[in-house]
Formats: sequence, C-alpha cells, structure tokens
Amino acid sequence: MGIPPAASRIPVIEVSHLSTRFRESRVHEDVNLTVYRGEIFALAGGNGSGKSTLLREIIMLQKPTGGEVRLLGKDTSSIREEERDSLLRRCGVMFQYGALFSSMTVAENVSAPLREHTRLGRNLIREIAETKIGLVGLPPDSAWKYPGELSGGMRKRAAMARAIALDPEILFLDEPSSGLDPDGAGGIDELILHLRGLLGLTIFMVTHDLDSLWRVTDRVALLGEGKVLAAGTMEELSALDNPRIAPYFHGPRGRAAREQSWNRRSGTSP
Amino acid sequence: MGIQRPHTDPQTPDIRLEADGTLRATGAWTLARLNEVEGRVAGLHRPDAADLVLDAGSIEAMDTAGAWMLLRTAEGLREGGRRVEIRGLRDDFAGLAEMVSSSRTVAGPAKARPPRGWMERIGRRTVHALRRGAGALSFIGENAAVLLRSLASPGRVRWRELLSNLYAGGVSALPIIGLLSFLMGVVIAYQAAEQLRTFGANIYIVDLIGISVLREIAPLVTAIIVAGRSGSSFTAQIGTMSVTEEVDALRTLGIPPLELLVLPKTLALVIALPLLTFYADLTGVLGGMIMAMTKLDISPIEFTARFGKAVAAKHYLIGIVKAPAFAVIISLVGCYQGFQVRGGADAVGRHSTISVVQSIFLVIVMDAFFSVVLNWAGL
Repeated sequence: MGIPPAASRIPVIEVSHLSTRFRESRVHEDVNLTVYRGEIFALAGGNGSGKSTLLREIIMLQKPTGGEVRLLGKDTSSIREEERDSLLRRCGVMFQYGALFSSMTVAENVSAPLREHTRLGRNLIREIAETKIGLVGLPPDSAWKYPGELSGGMRKRAAMARAIALDPEILFLDEPSSGLDPDGAGGIDELILHLRGLLGLTIFMVTHDLDSLWRVTDRVALLGEGKVLAAGTMEELSALDNPRIAPYFHGPRGRAAREQSWNRRSGTSP
Repeated sequence: MGIQRPHTDPQTPDIRLEADGTLRATGAWTLARLNEVEGRVAGLHRPDAADLVLDAGSIEAMDTAGAWMLLRTAEGLREGGRRVEIRGLRDDFAGLAEMVSSSRTVAGPAKARPPRGWMERIGRRTVHALRRGAGALSFIGENAAVLLRSLASPGRVRWRELLSNLYAGGVSALPIIGLLSFLMGVVIAYQAAEQLRTFGANIYIVDLIGISVLREIAPLVTAIIVAGRSGSSFTAQIGTMSVTEEVDALRTLGIPPLELLVLPKTLALVIALPLLTFYADLTGVLGGMIMAMTKLDISPIEFTARFGKAVAAKHYLIGIVKAPAFAVIISLVGCYQGFQVRGGADAVGRHSTISVVQSIFLVIVMDAFFSVVLNWAGL
C-alpha cells in the first residue's frame, strides 16, 4: 500500500488560506494542506494548536473565519443543505469520546446511520451492523451492550464501527488512541491500518500520540502558530532542523516512539 | 486499492439466471444501491439444478455491505444442501469478501431471560421497592446528620450556594407564581359568584376566597410550580454531575457532596417557599377581590372589612406552616433522584421526570395528611 504514485494522486481534502478567530484569539492564520485519496494523513501539534477546530471546520460543524475548504472537490462554504448531507454521508467521523448514543446498544448505534440513510430490510441492516462490529474487532456479545457498559478501548472500537457503517470514503478520527493503555492504543493503530488496507479508505486523523504517528501515518502536518509548520512523512519531519519543530520529535518520548516503531515495523512486516 | 465508489459508477446492480444455468451478478454492489440488489435477490428465480455457479466477474464496484450481500445470497442458495461456487470475483473484491466473511460476528438474539413466574415477579418487585425505600430513608438520615453538623458549626453552611439557590428558586419564581395564583383566585371567585348570587349570599365570597386560597390553593400552587422549576433543575444538575464524575471529585477533595449540593438547596427552599406562599396569598386574594367587585359589586373596602372578620388567622398560618414541609419534600426528592442517575444523557432526563412526578405526588399526599391531622386537632 503506502502512498499512491504522485501522478494518480487525487486530492480529497484541500484547505487553503484558512483562518479562524475566536473573539480576540487567533487559532489559525493561514493554513494550507492537501490530503490525497487512499492515504493516512495525521494532523499533529501541541495542545491548543487548533487541530480539533480544523477537523470540525473540514466536516462543516464549524465555519472558518476566512479561506476555503474543499471536501471531495466541493467548496464547503457555498454548499447547499442537501449537498452538504450527501457529502457528509461519504464521510465517517469518530469523535474523541466516541459520542455513542447512550440510550442505544452498540448494535443500534451502528445501525442508526443505516436505518436513516438506506431503505434496506431490517435483517440486512442487522447483518451489516454485525459485520462492522466484527470488522473493528469487538466480540459478538458486545453488540447488545450499552456504551456505559463498555471499556474505553471497546467504546472507541464501537465508535469506529459506527463511523464506517455507511462505507465512507474518508474516515475522520479525532484522537483515536487518547485515553487508552499502550496495548489498546496499539490495537487501534492496527485497526486503522487494517481498515485502510481492506477498504481503501482515506483517513484523516488528529493525534499527538507519537507512537501512532510513526506507525500508521503516510504523511503528517504539524500545526502551530496558526499555520502548518511542516508537512511530510515522519522521516522527513524528524530530519528537519527547525527549532520550532525539532522538540516535538526529538524529545525523549519522540526518540522512544521512533525506535519502537522501527522494531515493530520490521517485526511484523513479512 | 481500486475500489470504485457508488458515485463514480452508474451501473445498475443486478443478479439473474442465465440460459446456461449460471447466475450472473453485475453492476455496482455498494451500500447506496443495495436496496436494488435486495429486491433483485428477493425476486430471483431459484434454479432447480443441484450445483450452481455464481459468476461475479461482472461486478463493477463493491464495498463491505455489497460483499456481505453477495455472500448472503450464496448462503441463501445453499439451503437444501446445494453447492454454490462464486467465480470470477475480482481480486480486490475477493479480498473484501474474504475479510467480511472472516470478521463477521453473529451476535445472535439478545440473551433471552427465562420468563419469570408471578411469584418471582412479586418477590423481585418487593425486594426492589424495599431497597429503594431503604435507600431513600438513608438519604434522609444522612441529610439530617449533615444538617445537625452544620447547625453545630454554622461556618460549614455554604452561604454562597444558599443565596444563589434562594435567588434561582425563590426570586425568579415570583412572576409565574404571582400570575398563576392570581388566576386561581379569579377562577374560584368566578365559579362561586354564580352560586352565591342564587342564594343571595354574595358577601360570603370573601370567606370562600379567603379560606380556600390561604389554606390550600396558595401553598399547593406554589409547591407545584417550585417542584416543576427547582426540583427538576436539582435533579438535572446533580445527575449531570454524577455522570461526569464531578460528585466523585468532590468526595476525593474531601468536600461532602450533601453539604455542598443538598443542604444549601434544601435550606434555600425552606426559606423561599413560605415567602412565596405569602406572595401567592396576596395575589390570589387580589384576584378573588377583583372578581367579587365585577361580578357581585362588592367593593374592595367591603371585601377587606369582611376579610378581617371572617377569615381567622389560623388559616393563613396553616398555609404558611405547610410550605417548609413541601420545600423539604421537593428538595430531597430532586436531589435524591439526581444522585440515582447512572449512565448518560437519557438517564438524566428520565430521573428529572421521576423527580417532578414524585415530588408533586408527595406534596399532595402531605397536604392530605395535614388536612386529616388538623381535622383531628380541631383546627
């Protein structure tokens, strides 16, 4: 897999000259980035650098102050309501805390978008939901559990199952491995790679988990000071000498993550 | 990977039986068009042949839902021991189908509980009711302990919370309570005026309004409004705090939740409710007085003069004395239901409803109890 050759790259998310202001504070000054079909793209950066805000702006939950966001080729600022809905149906979103509906079981959570947007029979919907639940590696009996009865890692997986319920083209993940133990976080990383490999998804994730950045991403954009400080593969970014970027990758945690990822990558690849 | 997407592929999905006895699947087998596939499969003429070949070579696009649909169709045809072979599926689609069939979990039906006999049901309900009763009782006890401790050292009372609750539950309830009590006075006077006029007993409207409003209507209307406004908000606040672990945080910080959350609310209502009741007395009687003037030509001066003679102070006092009892019920029920919230957003809503229904119910029961006891006492 990996990145498709440059000639066949189709941009699916294009952000240009985006700026965001909340009253006095400036979150984004001039953000530019492009995500291509089939890649795993990560948005990294310190706390408060506006990663999640940018994600919310791309999926049209929030309006940027200025600039343009094109999602699957459509300008999101001048979009009509029906067009917006059909565009969002091609995107799956997993929120940081899962945002599972607490009054529904996992199976009901996963079938909710199917019931809403397709006219399939009840049995077929149940079977498709079961497929997705299996796909994210949840045990069968979790289908009947309520979100409150699941552990943190299982809740993330259930949220992932709901996000891929409609076989989206782009999967947005907000901090997919936050709040999980190293084992659980590693499991989520595996799952992301697995899904991309099998479904050919484009994945746009927000994370500051250095392990994940090394293990799963094709390209990373580092957000800071209101713009993209650097973008490229992790190898490229970590080779940069920029004093504003280096601390992010060359701190003690950064080094450990890198070494580990090398061990694991060489250990697991056939 | 070259999985084509529904929007790029206009081809209608189809499955049909060819002349040579093979089944041919064509078009886009994707979620967006899956209901078409479902219809075609349902209307498929089942061949009689023992063995079948399903030629999937002409499938143009496929996603996980489509892959499952294909597998499911083949599975359905296998019924009765027939062998079905899927042939010609493109490599990437075959990978998808492989993955779907290997990772699919069958949840099966939700674990069915064996049906319970009526004896067991009665037993369970009794135990449940007793437990709940014990829980409520211990909640009252704990609060009494907190109250005594706070009385011993008044520095422990959270005056700031008390004052803000007094404002939210008392001052801001003035307009609605005033209006409703006024209207109740109007309604009662209006109904009574017709009857009294028939008997020529016009002036007795003062007795009727005075006693019914002061003794029953004003305290009840006030308590019911406050239960709806403050009781539900107590439950929602404490419930949300339980869900977000704020209550646990208070405990770990050594701040007793009852002292911070329940006592100030209860004290605030105990202070506010008698005052609100007094206010409701005024507006209710005013409403009656206006109706008496317009319908029965009793001037406000006559009305007031008669009021002083006919309506004993005990009626007013009984009304006011009931108010703190109602306040304790409303506050404790609201807070208790808040602490019972487990889970998430829907539990908060459910317990808010329970809180309002229970507190109004208990207020009216308490009112009936007062009536009986006061009757015995000859008041």
